Amino acid sequence: MKSKPVIALVGNPNSGKSSLFNQLTGLRQKVGNFPGVTVDKKSGLTSLPEQAGTAGLEAVVVDLPGVYSIYPKSLDEQIVTDILANPAHSDYPDVAVVVVDASNLSRNLLLFSQIVDLGVPVVLALNMLDVARQQLQEVNAVRLSMQLGVPVVKINARMGEGLDLLKQAVRNLLETPAHAESLFFDPARELNGLITDVRNQYRLENNYVALQYLIQHDGFSFLNQQQRVGLDALIEKHRFNEQDFQARETIERYRRIGKVVKEVVTDKRPLGQSTWSQRIDRVLLHPFWGYALFATVLLLIFQAIFAWAQPFMDAIDSGVAWLNGTLQERLPEGPLTSLLTDGVLAGIGGVIVFIPQIAFLFMLVSLLEESGYMSRVMVLMDRIMRQFGLNGRSVVPLISGVACAVPAIMATRSIGSWRERLITILVTPLMSCSARLPIYTILIALVVPARTVLGVFNLQGLVMMGLYLLGLTAALVAAYVFKKIVRARERSVFVMELPTYKWPRWTNVGLTVWDSVKSFVLEAGRVILAISVILWVLASYGPGQSMEEAETRIRQSYRDLPSDQLENRVAAGRLEASYAGRFGKVIEPVIKPLGYDWKIGIALISSFAAREVFVGTMATIYSIGSADDENTNTVKEKLRNEVNPETGGPMFTPALAFSLLIFYVFAMMCMSTIAIVYRETRGWKWPAIQLAYMSVLAYVSAFLVYQLLK
Amino acid sequence: MAGQFRMSTRSVADLKVGEKAVIKSFSDQWMSLKLLEMGCLPGAEISLHCKAPLGDPICLNVSGYCLSMRKSEASTILVE
Repeated sequence: MKSKPVIALVGNPNSGKSSLFNQLTGLRQKVGNFPGVTVDKKSGLTSLPEQAGTAGLEAVVVDLPGVYSIYPKSLDEQIVTDILANPAHSDYPDVAVVVVDASNLSRNLLLFSQIVDLGVPVVLALNMLDVARQQLQEVNAVRLSMQLGVPVVKINARMGEGLDLLKQAVRNLLETPAHAESLFFDPARELNGLITDVRNQYRLENNYVALQYLIQHDGFSFLNQQQRVGLDALIEKHRFNEQDFQARETIERYRRIGKVVKEVVTDKRPLGQSTWSQRIDRVLLHPFWGYALFATVLLLIFQAIFAWAQPFMDAIDSGVAWLNGTLQERLPEGPLTSLLTDGVLAGIGGVIVFIPQIAFLFMLVSLLEESGYMSRVMVLMDRIMRQFGLNGRSVVPLISGVACAVPAIMATRSIGSWRERLITILVTPLMSCSARLPIYTILIALVVPARTVLGVFNLQGLVMMGLYLLGLTAALVAAYVFKKIVRARERSVFVMELPTYKWPRWTNVGLTVWDSVKSFVLEAGRVILAISVILWVLASYGPGQSMEEAETRIRQSYRDLPSDQLENRVAAGRLEASYAGRFGKVIEPVIKPLGYDWKIGIALISSFAAREVFVGTMATIYSIGSADDENTNTVKEKLRNEVNPETGGPMFTPALAFSLLIFYVFAMMCMSTIAIVYRETRGWKWPAIQLAYMSVLAYVSAFLVYQLLK
Repeated sequence: MAGQFRMSTRSVADLKVGEKAVIKSFSDQWMSLKLLEMGCLPGAEISLHCKAPLGDPICLNVSGYCLSMRKSEASTILVE
């Protein structure tokens, strides 16, 4: 017995399901995983009204991925069938609320009729009646309820209307669970012997569930190998043709739905007249204006991530620096204070500084999705993407990759074909993410003069843009190569509904932003924090007395230096003697051909935790005062003053800086990304391949750049 | 004979923008399962609403809504 009743929200994509979920749960929602699979599970709490003597109660609302039928097309969609055909599942609902788009009743009722036939108690939430009315369609909810034999509640999920009635209907159904008397589509009518066999052998009550066992048993996670073999044997015995039967089922359902729709919908749409949504499409999918507008939208996204987010990031930066400085002044000097400020606080600062960029990106992506434009972008890009073994749907991950590869890779789940999804996952980290931005900024500032070229363009800005374009080009080329290597497991499909354009709801956008920021801080944040602490330990301690010995040696040989310069020398010497320093020395021979020394080596290694750690590590390594280590100018000055011990000239020559820049454009320097690729591809094979190809690409390119520019 | 047969089978991929047709059958069973679910039913009217800039994918009006698909997918929907 579950402690709280479970309500599942089911519906077509674009039916307003997510809006309803947000309205029902508000901020009382969380994102987790469904047991055993990596599909995001959005769930939340809602309160149901009291009723005839019983008190009000709390219920868990689970938002299932949007599907068109219970026959899944992608990984995301599998979970819906997995839960609804398996009453033993921990998320099996006590009541399913099927959200139905009234302006497209027949297609939405297909899914509804399948859910009812699975034996789940159902309330039908009739949504988007306003859209239907705009299209001159009237839907009679009372008649619909009578025709279908289930409670029908009119709602407006975007405005939050009809929620009380919906909750009341759910409550009624919880008290007195009602099941339909007869199935909408009864497979036993044609397959009596087979269905009976399945029911007996697997102890099933429901004919339609038995049919699902037959058709979908390879996909059902709750069946074991022996059960699957048993079903194959039954299929063989009865010479059952799954595809044929599934096609007939769909046609039969639509035939019956057609009768229902005829009874309940009055359609006064003039024939052949295009809706305003279609007229907008003519512009947004126009051969010229379509791409021009998309380019503008992309530019806007870049502008938001790099310009608009900057003041917020600066504020966070200086806030953290101030806190760090204050703590160092107030607290007694010692390893604990150092751990707290240089380790923990520096780590947290490195995480939260990216919140503005992530928030802006997700706000814009969510706006594009809410308005319906994102589907048009997919249509616009599919043909081009296909050349590279990708899919129109790959556009969203690639754009999101500019902020962070982790959510971008999670966004690939909507791509149905495994090959296209895998290729998207493999190339997305080549899109320059926001964590590379600090590295780009500081190195460009170091070697590229801030000159205006061609009248308007800032040379530094152009170089920066060049790096982003280089990443994009590399992603496309890599995709093309993988297209030749990776074999297709199933056919690529691009059948997609184009939803009507809508004004975005700010609450939905806000909740999406809130969710993504929260999961970024909690998930990526944990890793970055842990690595910062480990790095601090490695850089603060050395084997035996080596660090103390180094300090004594330096204090003796540089006795005449002013005290602040001496302290810097001491810090640098101690670092060289630390575990991290020794590690850097070990890998120095490998990175020498790229122009890097052991100090850069430490930064490279530590940036594996998260690329943004690079700048912080460089700051530490080049012995900059820890209180103002967020001050870019100081870091820049110190890098500029660093002398190459072999040549006597400056260490950071253009050759070295460009070599480092190119290295970071291509390198897979991010543990969180490796972890998410492992999770999404369910194994170490693909993350290993990805790490290998990106590392080779980074190493070879950086080597060439350094050797050519040297 | 084969040539003649092909002449008489038009598919949705052959429609011009604005042109209407009635769905007759499907030439690919696997694909037809998905298309049927999306409301592309034999006997239903389907029209080509617009094309993506490179002529592919295409956007169709069927069962009262707009559905986009690749040309290769549309060519499996045969029309009268």
